[in-house]
Amino acid sequence: MADMNQGESLRAYSNERELTGGDRVITFLREYAVLILLVALFIALSFASDSFFSLANILNILNQQTPLAIIAVAGTMVIIAGGFDLSTGAIFAVANVLAAWMTVHFGSVTLGLALTPLIGLILGSINGLIVTRLKIHSFLATLASSLAYRAIAVLITGGALISVADPHFATLGREKFLGVFWSIYVLAAFVLVAGFLLNRTTYGRYVFAIGGNPEAAELSGISVDRVRVMVFGFSGLAAGLASAIAVSRVASGQPLAGTGIELQAIAAIILGGTSIYGGVGAIWRSLGGVYLIALIGNGFNLMNVNPLFKDLVTGVIILLAVAISASERKRR
Amino acid sequence: MTAENSTSTLLRVEHVSKRFGATQALHQVSLELHEGEIHGFAGENGAGKSTLAKIISGLYQQDSGEIYVDGDRVTKWDTARAQHRGVVLIAQELSLVPEMSVAQNVFLGIESNRLGVLSDDLQERYQLLEESIGFGLDPQKRLGSLSIAERQKVEIMRALARDARIIIMDEPTSSLTADEVDKLHTIIQKLKSQGRTIIYVTHFLESLLEICDRVTVMRDGQIVKTSDASNETKVSIVEYMLGRSLSHTFPERSAGVEASVTPKLELRNVSTQTGVRNVSLTVRPGEIVGLAGLVGSGRTEIARAIFGVDPVIEGEIFIDGKPYDHRSPRQSVEQGIALIPEDRRAQGLVMVRSVRENISLPHLQSISVGKVLRRRVETKRAKELVNNVSITPPRIAANVSDFSGGNQQKVLFAKWLMGNPSLIILDEPTRGVDIGAKVTIYEIIAELARRGAAILLISSEHTEVLELSHRVHLVRNGTIAGELDPRVSSVDDLLFKLFGLENELSEGR
Repeated sequence: MADMNQGESLRAYSNERELTGGDRVITFLREYAVLILLVALFIALSFASDSFFSLANILNILNQQTPLAIIAVAGTMVIIAGGFDLSTGAIFAVANVLAAWMTVHFGSVTLGLALTPLIGLILGSINGLIVTRLKIHSFLATLASSLAYRAIAVLITGGALISVADPHFATLGREKFLGVFWSIYVLAAFVLVAGFLLNRTTYGRYVFAIGGNPEAAELSGISVDRVRVMVFGFSGLAAGLASAIAVSRVASGQPLAGTGIELQAIAAIILGGTSIYGGVGAIWRSLGGVYLIALIGNGFNLMNVNPLFKDLVTGVIILLAVAISASERKRR
Repeated sequence: MTAENSTSTLLRVEHVSKRFGATQALHQVSLELHEGEIHGFAGENGAGKSTLAKIISGLYQQDSGEIYVDGDRVTKWDTARAQHRGVVLIAQELSLVPEMSVAQNVFLGIESNRLGVLSDDLQERYQLLEESIGFGLDPQKRLGSLSIAERQKVEIMRALARDARIIIMDEPTSSLTADEVDKLHTIIQKLKSQGRTIIYVTHFLESLLEICDRVTVMRDGQIVKTSDASNETKVSIVEYMLGRSLSHTFPERSAGVEASVTPKLELRNVSTQTGVRNVSLTVRPGEIVGLAGLVGSGRTEIARAIFGVDPVIEGEIFIDGKPYDHRSPRQSVEQGIALIPEDRRAQGLVMVRSVRENISLPHLQSISVGKVLRRRVETKRAKELVNNVSITPPRIAANVSDFSGGNQQKVLFAKWLMGNPSLIILDEPTRGVDIGAKVTIYEIIAELARRGAAILLISSEHTEVLELSHRVHLVRNGTIAGELDPRVSSVDDLLFKLFGLENELSEGR
């Protein structure tokens, strides 16, 4: 679901006076930088490696990235709304062990996995309440809650894994339907829902408004706190859903699962071009960021390069992306 | 300028142009600055006067054109080089360090040192400077504890510490009281008498004419005219600024409303924790009621209490004769109350979003089915409103931040007019807005009242309150200190009453 806003801000430059052709090209490149890089890298890898351009490899990349992509999609809304969610990795862990525990306990794979996103929703909503009721900046609130959540995950299992023997448990993470992994259908549905929420509903509009200017939003009659709670709840729900896919893949709940995934998600969102200052951004951008980072990783694997260089290159690319968007702000 | 060939030219710009993205901020501007003159820059918002000042000071670099200092063409020009040649900018947003002392701020960046180790001569250097200008500030005092006016003095001392020959002041009076403005003018005269040149960029034409030797009027990034201030009047300058002659600025006032009509809004003995004390007032449909007062007198707080932003601790508020108790901005929007806040960037608009989204923001319920937006309806309504308030160009998809201040203010009006409000609270509706947009806004306000809306008008521009309102209340220290009939009162009457016995009957900015 491509966001209308990108085209709009393109036109915005030509607002009070006409643009030159050169301005247009630069603006276009800047707007779609993440997609252009993604396509360029895709083509380059197709030529550089025989094993890259195959349906199996591409489906594998998509499948592997699904949990991260789901978290990044919901995280985009958090950042557009002017917040940060550093607890998605910890929520992921709690959901992970509880998914396995519930499946074993209730003896039902469906019930166990279906309840997992709800656990995320509850923990995320708690974040939202901490941020709005205690008036703590979301960066600090979720940093603290992530410690607590991670501890809960470890306490539940006593540090051990919870294995699930039922073979159906692995369907969601490993099996295909009509040649495509189940998880990819889940991601597609989630992206559609999130895109619809953000771009077509009053709720989504409020997300942009409270991120762009919370005081103006409040004075426009918007319940800023309620929207904030919903945003964090949705982010938690996404972490739970992502965790359900991940736990199914390895068929065991792990209290240390998802460590660092919150920062990977934020990196992908920023790489995509969503502003960390809030108010502007798009879901497709974050997906672009997720897959760009994934392709870099995949490329390094296929070319057999020392994996340490992967992080180095990813870091440099993120810095460049942020520097480009900063130069834009300065210029205007 | 022929008469002034005898005076020497300190600095000259020739054919300077500057673009910001799509906006041509300056186009082929040429100007000479003479030694020992006070040179005013006038123009509407966005006319290019600040940009020109910033290029002269080295803060911005021109795209084309030349700068000459003492007759030499300068090839590289930035703030450091400009300061070295004695050109210093005192910016709108003061650039001082609040945690440092006055003296430390004055010599910031030019401290005496030996191999990077600070020398112990700060006090002596400060004393020397103090003798030449004499503001009487305590050099030890932490800057953060000073008032805006005092900080400005520190900025000026900072310029003098660099032995500035050209001091550029960009809107220096925008945060000062009338009294402080007078003092600043005295300082400027003193600087001039020492042979320094001052560039004075301001919106306030009275100040400009009072103190400047020459005035440069700009429009659309070009210089319309440079002439001796003594040859110009307020009217002539405004006409250069607008590029057309100035017909009457204010619309005709409609007949008043009879006292028997049920008030749209009534306040009875309202007090708040934010400093409103025992305020009673009424606004009837079709009536414009003005609240005159100084900045900080409590007028904004009255508006916020009515709209439900701040709680009321005593007294009652009635809408259409019925108590309005569970107040919140949300309730107010539903009741058909609109608040146009004083600071459009901080409180009014979401600058990074489009005009369309800003306009519809308080009214999304009315243009959605369930929670799903009907975007076609939204676009249609936004287009209508943009035309109603004459935003130019009428591009609803463009970001608000891409528009000029006047257009932004019109977007703010459009936003609240979309709900057809029956009570409109206007807090400084024309602040920082150019004259063209002001005239449009006055028309809109008068038209709203004619159509039956009740309007509470808060403004620090006394003429505006007097010319638009049917009744005017004077607000002082959070309470209503008097009332006057705007039909028979002048600005002097208003000021006299406003300051009461304090005997500060100075020209209010």
